[in-house]
Amino acid sequence: MANMAMTKVPMPTQDGNVRRNNFDEVALGYTKEMAMEEAQRCLHCPTKPCISGCPVAVNIPDFIEEVKNGEFEKAYQIIRQTSSLPAVCGRVCPQETQCESKCVRGVKGEAVAIGRLERFVADWHREHVKDEAVKPTSNGHKVAVVGAGPAGLTCAGDLAKLGYQVSVFEALHVAGGVLMYGIPEFRLPKAIVQNEIDGLKQMGVDIETNMVIGRSESVDDLFEAGYESVFIGSGAGLPNFMNMPGENLKGVYSANEFLTRCNLMKAYKEGVDTPIQHPKRAVIVGGGNVAMDAARCAKRLGVEEVTIVYRRSMEELPARKEEVEHAQEEGIIFRLLTNPVRVLGDENGWVKGMECVSMELGEPDESGRRRPVEIKDSNFVLDVDCMIMAIGTSPNPLIRSTTEGLETNRKGCLIADDNGATTREGVFAGGDAVTGAATVILAMGAGKTAAKAMDAYIQNKK
Amino acid sequence: MYKIVEKENLNPTVTKMVVAAPAVAKKALAGQFIILRVHENGERIPLTIADYDRVKGTITIIFQIVGKTTMLLNELNEGDSILDFVGPLGKPSHVDGLKKVCVIGGGVGCAIAYPTAKALHENGADVTVITGFRNKDLVILEDEFKQVSNHAYLVSDDGSTGTKGLVTNVLQDLINQGETFDEVIAIGPLIMMKFVCELTKKYNIKTIVSMNPIMIDGTGMCGGCRLSVGGKTKFACVDGPDFDGHEVDFDEAMSRGATYREFEAREREEACNLLRKGVA
Repeated sequence: MANMAMTKVPMPTQDGNVRRNNFDEVALGYTKEMAMEEAQRCLHCPTKPCISGCPVAVNIPDFIEEVKNGEFEKAYQIIRQTSSLPAVCGRVCPQETQCESKCVRGVKGEAVAIGRLERFVADWHREHVKDEAVKPTSNGHKVAVVGAGPAGLTCAGDLAKLGYQVSVFEALHVAGGVLMYGIPEFRLPKAIVQNEIDGLKQMGVDIETNMVIGRSESVDDLFEAGYESVFIGSGAGLPNFMNMPGENLKGVYSANEFLTRCNLMKAYKEGVDTPIQHPKRAVIVGGGNVAMDAARCAKRLGVEEVTIVYRRSMEELPARKEEVEHAQEEGIIFRLLTNPVRVLGDENGWVKGMECVSMELGEPDESGRRRPVEIKDSNFVLDVDCMIMAIGTSPNPLIRSTTEGLETNRKGCLIADDNGATTREGVFAGGDAVTGAATVILAMGAGKTAAKAMDAYIQNKK
Repeated sequence: MYKIVEKENLNPTVTKMVVAAPAVAKKALAGQFIILRVHENGERIPLTIADYDRVKGTITIIFQIVGKTTMLLNELNEGDSILDFVGPLGKPSHVDGLKKVCVIGGGVGCAIAYPTAKALHENGADVTVITGFRNKDLVILEDEFKQVSNHAYLVSDDGSTGTKGLVTNVLQDLINQGETFDEVIAIGPLIMMKFVCELTKKYNIKTIVSMNPIMIDGTGMCGGCRLSVGGKTKFACVDGPDFDGHEVDFDEAMSRGATYREFEAREREEACNLLRKGVA
């Protein structure tokens, strides 16, 4: 008999007042019993709508069935058939707009906690199963992947499974992309990301860090070196600024810089050489997940007052609802319908305030969201000594500017078809490099699609 | 890991290292830089490529010991390895088509000026070099500069070597004597580059400077290295490090450069103490 409870089995979390002072993971994960109980809420509907909501089409009802039976390793193997990074996805996917949005149980009551179950299974495997992944038999073909973020790692994993000799080129000193430098430890422990990456290495994926494609080697060099096809998963790492007066004052960071110092370089830890500012009052401009991450990192660095400034209202906040709630529980202040116009500095070049205007919502714009309009003469000043700009990122121009025949749209995103094929033969692309800043799982889906297309391309070439 | 194949102390505070980094050496050009990390908890610091050898697959770096990371780097010896070493980064210096150039180097900036002077000299340009140091103990690359220049001038703040004075004094004298240059290339402390630019602006001589802001990734993903050039924000790591000196906001650059001064001073102190204990 199915568990007909209307709500998900709750997941234990660290208390808001405790966790705001540490970088440990906030969500603690299900126990075996909780997972088995939640698994019983799945009705195993014949149409399996949940799968259609998953960008990498994990066989959700089948793995949940194994969880119900306590066969956790079997459940893991089912997930691994289609997903390369389950411990990551179970944590950072916006399930409410993907798999769980399609769940029949969500019509009346809450959807099955698919993300929490995926996470449980991946964590259980990591803690209990120590055998190394089997290296597939080589098919004698060489492919290159540019960028070791979610798109590149997924593409690499899928191609390795097919027997390709895969080399991944990563500009930073560690692989993982946004999973390492962007998403903070308290949402996604770095040891878990590293574990998933090590799994890929055991499958024979060669990861070369400290390689900036476009500088160290060009895409053409890769073809010359014998790679038959190249996947570009270089992301959208170029931070946007507002170009307002005072933005270059000391104490103004891009969210990328603030998060990189914090997460990749571990500036919050004692005995680490990378510095980070410890302000008293910080303001984060923007309303996406990156803004929430930056705000919550700032809180954990001991900032007394952390404020999120967003030009639309609570309803339009692009961040996940769960993240917004977590931020509120941790004491982050939200100033909505507010937009900065100028940064004010002191005589030493440090930020001392941010001049803002109040906004109201007008007619919907092309994105369908109501356009924020400035209210005349509503200017006021927020006293702050640190500003973090989290208003989005664009693709880095380094690869497109050094590769002939690679076309981009007016936003600088690589143009690719549904299979990830770019305008240059043999070059495929996916993830934020194509879509602009999006989600981890969409990047993984794109990496997966491209891997399939690259395999077809190479097999047809023979 | 990137092996140190040669180490030489050029003066009490400046060290030269030749590092095995074939991938970097394959593509390196004058004006570009690398980013390195000494150890697992280390920070990423940018250093200009002072020379390269494509055949041996090596990159030469010359650094001044100014803080914790450069102290730790200086503790390494031939045969030791540097954990991370990435490059070449930034745009190469523009050296084509220049006929008569004045290259000005200040202090350890001379290590950056040297490959540019060398590239210009190899391209057949008439190269005048002016180098400035605080005193005679800090002089580096004196002979190397002589080999790649048509005229070389050396000045020191205290007159202990060369002529007493500043690099701008020499440049002013040359201009007074009727010398003309297609371009002046100035590399050194921000304050020196600022004064060179103020001087050349009066005479309308195009001046290129190599900027050295705080960097983290060096690939254009964070904007920590941003500066104002002609009223627009540029990222030194991808748009530079070379910029038109008459367009650069030096005061802003100097202010931003001091962001972590307190932290750096504390780290330097701690590193000094640690190293001292290690010796004792």
